[in-house]
Amino acid sequence: MIAGPGRVGLTLALMVAIVVALFAAILVGETTLSAAQWTQAVTDPTSGPAVVLWQVRAPRAICALVVGAALGLAGAVMQGLLRNPLAEPGVLGVSAMAALAAALAIVLGLAIVPGAVEVAALVGAAGAGGLLILFSSRIRSPEALILFGVALSSFAGAATALIFNLSPSPIASAEVMSWLLGSVQNRSWIDVAWTALALGLALWLANCAAPGLRMLALGEEAAETSGLAMGRLRLMALMASVLAAGAAVAVAGVIGFVGLAAPHLVRAAVRGDPGRLLVPSALAGGLILVLADLLARVTPTDQELKLGVFTALVGAPLFGLIAWRAAREWRT
Amino acid sequence: MSLLSLEGVSARMDRRTVLDDVSLTVRPGELVALCGPNGAGKTSVLRAALGLLAPSGGRVRFGGDDVMSLTSRVRADRAAYLPQDRHVAWNMPAVEVAALGAPFLSLEEGRTRALAALNDVQAGILADRGVADMSGGERARVLLARALVANAPLLLADEPIAGLDPAAQLLVLTLLKSCARAERGVLVSLHDLGLAARHADRIVVMHQGQCVADAAPVQALSPDVLRTVFGIEGTWVHTADGPLLSMRTYCE
Repeated sequence: MIAGPGRVGLTLALMVAIVVALFAAILVGETTLSAAQWTQAVTDPTSGPAVVLWQVRAPRAICALVVGAALGLAGAVMQGLLRNPLAEPGVLGVSAMAALAAALAIVLGLAIVPGAVEVAALVGAAGAGGLLILFSSRIRSPEALILFGVALSSFAGAATALIFNLSPSPIASAEVMSWLLGSVQNRSWIDVAWTALALGLALWLANCAAPGLRMLALGEEAAETSGLAMGRLRLMALMASVLAAGAAVAVAGVIGFVGLAAPHLVRAAVRGDPGRLLVPSALAGGLILVLADLLARVTPTDQELKLGVFTALVGAPLFGLIAWRAAREWRT
Repeated sequence: MSLLSLEGVSARMDRRTVLDDVSLTVRPGELVALCGPNGAGKTSVLRAALGLLAPSGGRVRFGGDDVMSLTSRVRADRAAYLPQDRHVAWNMPAVEVAALGAPFLSLEEGRTRALAALNDVQAGILADRGVADMSGGERARVLLARALVANAPLLLADEPIAGLDPAAQLLVLTLLKSCARAERGVLVSLHDLGLAARHADRIVVMHQGQCVADAAPVQALSPDVLRTVFGIEGTWVHTADGPLLSMRTYCE
């Protein structure tokens, strides 16, 4: 990736903001700790305050960071790949297919097997990725790929609703519903570790595909005649977005709009370059989700707000605003 | 040796014949205009020449090499392409858009070449401006600079003056002409027969997927070709600025 002063400054600013947000997320919680308890948390790893800080709050905050970064990266890659500012993991059906597979695993009683729901979600995302790769190898048009993704998303949504309908156990249905609404509550360091691994791999793939994303800004024909191996770069970009989105859904359920909003927040700072957008978009996604999770936790409600609901409430108006601005540009 | 040669090329798209036994050549220092009504096969000729449309018969060569046997990298080294679509998906600065013409160079070298190419097309002053904030003519020049950055010996352009105002049309054609004068070969599809006649060294006329004329402008656009291919009555008027085409609708 090419480093420019705007991008470097933005990256540093985002990193500082993330560190501050993480501190806030670890400091603030349901249980207020005294100065003595803080000292105990730092000096005695087996103490109660230490467990609250390092086994509950810290993994939750870092998990929000990693999941948000994965969604921000997936959104940036998809928007570059499809040359469409409205693209995000949900649009291509990756999130819906992951949710369908996870829902299926829950109603089949596999939730008692550690990691089974997460693996099912990854398999669902990979299935969506496989179908998208197969489709895009036959038809290169980005518009056609978006339409195919919308169809895939609708199908997976309908199939998930069917699972609700046919589920014999109301407990399993409630579990599915809870998972579909998205959360990073009660996530462990193991969840964080493997999601971070998937994010690292996705970032590497996306970085390799960056020249192709940049070239696609000129259109399919210009990219095809540029001399770059566009077939391979397109495939790497698709794999990166599917891996990042699949890992995010697998660990935290369905969290919408982060993949849409993050690239838009940082695009101007990188002067529109889809290749330079990747890391800042991942950082912005991470920051958004850490803050959203913190706000969801501190909002005074009887039951803690679900993260997916919270991001959707904020993200849906943003989506409308972006669509309105895009429509204005298309008219001119 | 010609830079580009199509030898009896036929091609099909969606079970429809789009090119039927088309032969043409482009030599160094030559600006060749592809003319013909909508759907005549002009874009298909360019796509076949670039290897984007595989021929069902015949052969396309860059120099002596079959295009279909070359890697995409070698094809890009031999021929630059300026598509008709001037939309750039993101509001990137002109210098970075132009630098996309040489994706294998280092950042610094790419920028230097891009700035030089922008200056060549009289768009150096636009280097830092976002392409979405430009007029159609300005963006056309930036994209032409992108095609020139690669320094490929052959330049193929698909309707590069469509939708531009007269001044921008003349500027783009003058720049293409100067490319040809710099010993590049230029193949450009054009709808404006008058401008084609004044700027091209040769005109290839396409009609229903076939090449029906390939000659110097006034000979290629003969009254018979104008009538049968374009459905117009035309008369050439020779002026100090070159031949001008006076035309009216053909009535049998």
